[in-house]
Amino acid sequence: MAGPTRRRSATMSFNLLVLTCLGYVILLFAVASAAERSAAEGRARWLRSPVIYTLSLSVYCTAWTFYGAVGYAARSGLEFMTIYLGPTLVFVGWWVILRKLVRIGRENRVTSIADMISARYGKSNLLGIIVTLLCVSAGTPYIALQLQSIAQSFTVFAADTASTSLAADRNFIAFWVAAGLALFTIAFGTRNLDVNEQHPGVVMAIAVEAVVKLLALLAVGVFAVWIVAGGPGDILARIDAQALPEWHIQPGRWTGLILLSAIAIICLPRMFQVTVVENTDDQHLATASWAFPLYLFLMSLFVLPIAVVGLEIMPEGSNPDMFVLTLPLHLGQDGLALLSFLGGFSAATSMVIVASLALATMVSNHIVVPLWLKARAAQKRDTGDMRLLVLSVRRLSIALVLGFGYIYYVITGGSAALAAIGLIAFVGVAQIMPPLLGALFWRGASRTGAALGVTVGTVIWFYTLFLPSFGPDVILSARVMEEGLLGLAWLRPYSLYGLTTLDPLLHSLFWSLLLNALAFCLGSFLSFPSPIERVQGALFVDIFDRPGPARSWTRPAAEAEDLLPVTQRILGQSEGQQFFRAQAELQGKQGYLPDITPEFLEALELKLSGSVGAATAHAMLAQTVGTAVVSVEDLMAVASETAQIMEYSAQLEAKSEELSRTARKLREANEMLQKLSVQKDAFLSQISHELRTPMTSIRAFSEILMDSEGMSAEEQHHFAQIIHDESIRLTRLLDDLLDLSVLEHGQVQLNIGPALLRDLIDKSINASNSVQADRNFRISRNRDPEKIEIVTDAGRLTQVFINILSNARKYCVSDDPQMRISVRQRDGMVEVDFTDNGTGIPRDKQALIFEKFSRLTDSMQAGGAGLGLAICREIMLNLGGDITYVPGQGGACFRVSFPVELKPCEAAQKPQHKDAEAAE
Amino acid sequence: MAKRVLVIEDEPNISEALRFILSRNGWQVDVSADGQRAMKEMQSAPPDLLILDVMLPGLSGFDVLRSVRAGEGTRDLPVLMLTAKGQGADRAEAERLGATRFMTKPFANAEVIAAVEDMVGP
Amino acid sequence: MKPPRKVQFVARESYRMRRLMDAARFLPIFGFVLVLLPLMRTSTDTEVPPTAVESTYLFIVWFCLVLVAFVMSLGLRRALDPPKQAQPPLPQRRNGGTDPETQRDDVL
Repeated sequence: MAGPTRRRSATMSFNLLVLTCLGYVILLFAVASAAERSAAEGRARWLRSPVIYTLSLSVYCTAWTFYGAVGYAARSGLEFMTIYLGPTLVFVGWWVILRKLVRIGRENRVTSIADMISARYGKSNLLGIIVTLLCVSAGTPYIALQLQSIAQSFTVFAADTASTSLAADRNFIAFWVAAGLALFTIAFGTRNLDVNEQHPGVVMAIAVEAVVKLLALLAVGVFAVWIVAGGPGDILARIDAQALPEWHIQPGRWTGLILLSAIAIICLPRMFQVTVVENTDDQHLATASWAFPLYLFLMSLFVLPIAVVGLEIMPEGSNPDMFVLTLPLHLGQDGLALLSFLGGFSAATSMVIVASLALATMVSNHIVVPLWLKARAAQKRDTGDMRLLVLSVRRLSIALVLGFGYIYYVITGGSAALAAIGLIAFVGVAQIMPPLLGALFWRGASRTGAALGVTVGTVIWFYTLFLPSFGPDVILSARVMEEGLLGLAWLRPYSLYGLTTLDPLLHSLFWSLLLNALAFCLGSFLSFPSPIERVQGALFVDIFDRPGPARSWTRPAAEAEDLLPVTQRILGQSEGQQFFRAQAELQGKQGYLPDITPEFLEALELKLSGSVGAATAHAMLAQTVGTAVVSVEDLMAVASETAQIMEYSAQLEAKSEELSRTARKLREANEMLQKLSVQKDAFLSQISHELRTPMTSIRAFSEILMDSEGMSAEEQHHFAQIIHDESIRLTRLLDDLLDLSVLEHGQVQLNIGPALLRDLIDKSINASNSVQADRNFRISRNRDPEKIEIVTDAGRLTQVFINILSNARKYCVSDDPQMRISVRQRDGMVEVDFTDNGTGIPRDKQALIFEKFSRLTDSMQAGGAGLGLAICREIMLNLGGDITYVPGQGGACFRVSFPVELKPCEAAQKPQHKDAEAAE
Repeated sequence: MAKRVLVIEDEPNISEALRFILSRNGWQVDVSADGQRAMKEMQSAPPDLLILDVMLPGLSGFDVLRSVRAGEGTRDLPVLMLTAKGQGADRAEAERLGATRFMTKPFANAEVIAAVEDMVGP
Repeated sequence: MKPPRKVQFVARESYRMRRLMDAARFLPIFGFVLVLLPLMRTSTDTEVPPTAVESTYLFIVWFCLVLVAFVMSLGLRRALDPPKQAQPPLPQRRNGGTDPETQRDDVL
């Protein structure tokens, strides 16, 4: 059966293979972008289903397990199962570790495993850097291994065709694969700086690949069991027939590898990414607890049968690592071989995509961005818009990580050393386990201990496993391997302290974890953690029973106005403003500036850490807020406070919150009332002044005209003109007052109709040009977003625009006055921002500018009676919208918001504004 | 020689009216809209009479009055204060600071002339 | 606040829930012991290991673990719901309620 059909595989040309791959990759692109699109449109419920979550976990099964497991089984029997049994136990026991890990990760907006460790141990960036470096050094060879397996599978496929010259150039294939994957990861992994660092497109593509690789392996397995062999019974017989003495289960390796893979499923950066970072719901974990072990079960079910059939049928000396591919090929099943090829391709690509994404996030959040911030701070320069920076750093990091992987592959040349790297990487990332477990279960674990432990463990791993894995004389000389470092026999890499009974892998695992844990514990026993560490420790360990408000901020010293620009730089303008507004509302305040309470700072830090990691977010806020973070005394105070609070019932607690909110509102209302009563007096005397001033001229000149003998006709005419002008001024003032009164009492007749916003803005700009016409006032606007069909009272809206524009012309004190008009649509509301480049409005005046007669300066140069903005606000409330002052935008910024379509009922139910409420 | 009166008033129409009626009665009238600048002019050449508005941009009328009363050459200068606010508080403040006369706007032209002549003599 | 009958009902429910959580904690330990069994069975004097039997055993254990995890996950889901407002830090709720964690006695 084998001989003649084998030649047929030659018809499978290299080009066809490449085309298939390209087609597959295009499909993945389509799937990912469809997922991104529906996530952006908020239709992503099914995207976030437990099934997709479970499938995305399959990045655990890399090409190393897809191809390598069969080779492993051919060489060592059942031992390959350890790699799947460890994860099975972890997931079956999800209630113990994973549930807590996922909850902590989500509630703290953790972006990577380095971020997790750094956040738990006092938001220490040092730990972040150590973990990142460890992960990169373990991950890069692993990525190289995937590139190798893809290149190898290409070569196997096209082994005897004419196109071998191209196919044989593995470096060439590896290069293009790496480049393609970098492109994919950048496209879907760094599309935006997401709040939770989640990537629906990537997850979806991974899920598809998970299905493909499972189907491929199952298909080859079914083929081997039922078509090549005669069913399960036959296969079992063949297994026993093929069994070798080396297939004996070795107790040490069996136990050790199960533990190692159990640790790895938690600590591998890519697994942490899909398990914790991309998780949206605890319920998904409940499903994955059985579904993922089932997936692993199915992945390994046919491994041994394929290995046995391969050993039996394939010619002597075939590489068992490629049986999954070569077996169908050998038996002339080109279609099956192609499917199997795609399965291996999926396994490799999904691993590379997620791993490079996870590593890039760590590199950018823990190394590049902090360094950059520090450099900026040293130069005392502004940090500018952070978002673009962080994104570019991410992109660059992805390219770098893949580039490293490729270079590593080229340098090691696909040697046998690379094949062993899977388990070697496992031991590397296992060094994160002690501090991670400490983070979850031990409040006394300290940063010093964690840093010491990981460093010691990593150094031992490097010396006893990673460096020797390159082979003697590559990095470590053969002499060091034989006689130990500096000729000290107890320092031999494979038998530290004369331990010779263990194989190198277990030897390294034993020593590195033992000393890691020892250093971790000793460091924690002997050091005294900083208050933030203790706060974070309590927060993490007691995540399920929240002992009370553990805070990392007290006595804040900053102004909300200083924090808003910082936030905008990271979250973007509108998101940042929205967050501030929502927080202010939570406190029962209006506007964009919440009180700087510890709670607010905490919420803000959490929000920021979703984008740049906990350590960086904390450092950035600390820079702005000052060093007024928590002290030990504060902690004690909080602790006793907590004890007291525990005595109250939950209702009382809710009530007291309600009370403090009411109190805050009352305090605000009271302040407003006091200001208002002062204003009321001022209002009367203002009215008096505004009325008497024109009256004085009128009376004086009319008396002059009454006694007009000896006056020239010219003079008489001039005086009459003055009387006329002043009476017009009087009329206008009365009109304004009446207008305001009508608007305030909601008796205004609105003239609602369709209009184009752009036309209204055009008209307003023209109308306001006459104010101080000699000033060159530059207006920048983007006409496209202004093209919004609105239904409202166009005349009234224009009146508001004109008023704002004229005010800017009058009051903007810049030498080169400019006005930026930007339009935005959100939730059926239109927002028009008018921002000038003047000095803005001082903080203490911001609350008053919309009140009657509140001219900011005493100067009369401006003309009007100070009713303009008060009228504007009344108009906007009548139009179902609002006008607000947005602080911290460089100059004065007025935001006019109104519904796209004003329905008559909305207009009727105009919200009572604040001072009206207070006055009643 | 005609007596000199200085009018400090920021409403141009009101100061024009004052200039007209006073100069028709034989006064030499100087007008200033800015308290600060007027203070300087007064130091070099004090007028015979000062007519002062309360609501002025920058330095208020009360501020001007205070420094007039503190100044070396202007301590005894007769001052007529005009206000459009018409509140008792303003009158009290003007008296406290040493204004010679106080009138609310709008005023009768004849009253102004009478007051001025009463303060300085015809 | 609540009628006594209801409290008893809740306590019974939560008692079972807590035992289910205990079971969930023990499951991986049992599983680990079960997959270690082949170590004790293998006798080194036979030349060739009984790989077929062992693999059948391991896959059966494996599948049973999946099944048990599936059944337990159905019950445990109910204990997962709303994280924040569901668990006010009250002593009486802590003892009788569905709070999954035991009280800790280590203090800051």
